[in-house]
Amino acid sequence: MGIIRYFATDKYAVYIWGSYSVTFLLLAAEVLMLLNRKRKLTRRGSPQPEARNTRFETSLQEIQ
Amino acid sequence: MSKNRFNLYKYAAPAHFYPLAGKLIPLFAVPSAILFILGLYVGFFVAPTDAVQGESYRILFIHVPAAWMGMFLYVLMAVYAGVGWAFNARLASMMATAISPTGAIFTFISLVTGSLWGRPAWGVWWVWDARLTSTLILLFLYIGFISLQSSIDDARRADRAGAVLALVGVINVPIIYFSVQWWNSLHQGATFTEKSFKMAPSMAAAMFILLGACWLYSIAVVLVRVRYIIREREQEAPWLAEVTA
Repeated sequence: MGIIRYFATDKYAVYIWGSYSVTFLLLAAEVLMLLNRKRKLTRRGSPQPEARNTRFETSLQEIQ
Repeated sequence: MSKNRFNLYKYAAPAHFYPLAGKLIPLFAVPSAILFILGLYVGFFVAPTDAVQGESYRILFIHVPAAWMGMFLYVLMAVYAGVGWAFNARLASMMATAISPTGAIFTFISLVTGSLWGRPAWGVWWVWDARLTSTLILLFLYIGFISLQSSIDDARRADRAGAVLALVGVINVPIIYFSVQWWNSLHQGATFTEKSFKMAPSMAAAMFILLGACWLYSIAVVLVRVRYIIREREQEAPWLAEVTA
C-alpha cells in the first residue's frame, strides 16, 4: 500500500481525501435516508393491533 | 401481430412498474458497487501522476462524473416532468420527483470537489466565472424543484408546477456545457472533443469507470425512491396491498 502512504504525506492529500470523503459520505447519506423512508412506510403500512384496540375501547367508553 | 408481444407501455402503469423496478434494483446496485471499487483502484493505483498538477488531478476522477451526472440527470428529470405534464402520465412525474434529490446531490458533489480541486490548481476555493456560477444555478434549480413540489399538497398540481420549473431551467444545461467556450473562464475547456483526447488511457479509464458506477448507482437509487413514491401516493390502491402483503 505504498501509494496510500504517499498520499498521506502528499501536500495535496487533504484535497484528494476531502473530495472522496465528501462524495461517499453524501452517497451513503442518500442510501440511509432511503432506508429510513422505507422504515417509515413499513410502519405506516401495518398499524399495531394494540392501537386499533385502544381506539375501539375508547369509542366503547364514549357510548357507555 | 402476436398477442404475446412484449408491451412496453404496460410499464407506464405504476401497478406493473412497481414489481419490475423491484427486480431491476439489484441488477444496477451490485455492478455499481463493483465499478466504484474498480474505478477507485484504477484511479489510485494504475493511473500515473500528472506532470503538471501532481497528485491533485486525481480529484477529476470523481469531479467530472459528478458534474456530468448533475447535468444528465437534470435533462432526464425535465424530460420525465414534461412527459408527465403533457400526457398526464403520473409515473413519469413520479420519476422526475425521484430523480431530483440524486441530481442535486451529484451537483453539490461537483461543486465541493471542484472547490477542493480549485484551491491547489488555481489558488482559490471559488470564482464567480460562468462555469461555476451556472453550475451553482443548476443546484438552485434542483432545490427549487424539490421545494416547490413539497410545498404543494396535491401531488398532480405539484407535478405540473415542478414540470414548468424543470422545463424552463433546462436552458441552463447547455449554458453550463458551453460556458467555457462562450466566456473567459478559469475553468479548463473540454478535454474530450471530436478531434482530440487529451488524457492518458488509464486516467480516462478511471474516469469513465466511475462515470459508469455513478450512472448505475443513480438508476438503482431512483428506482428505490420511485417505488416509495408509488407506495406513498397509491396507498389506497388494491393492487398495492396485494404486492406489499
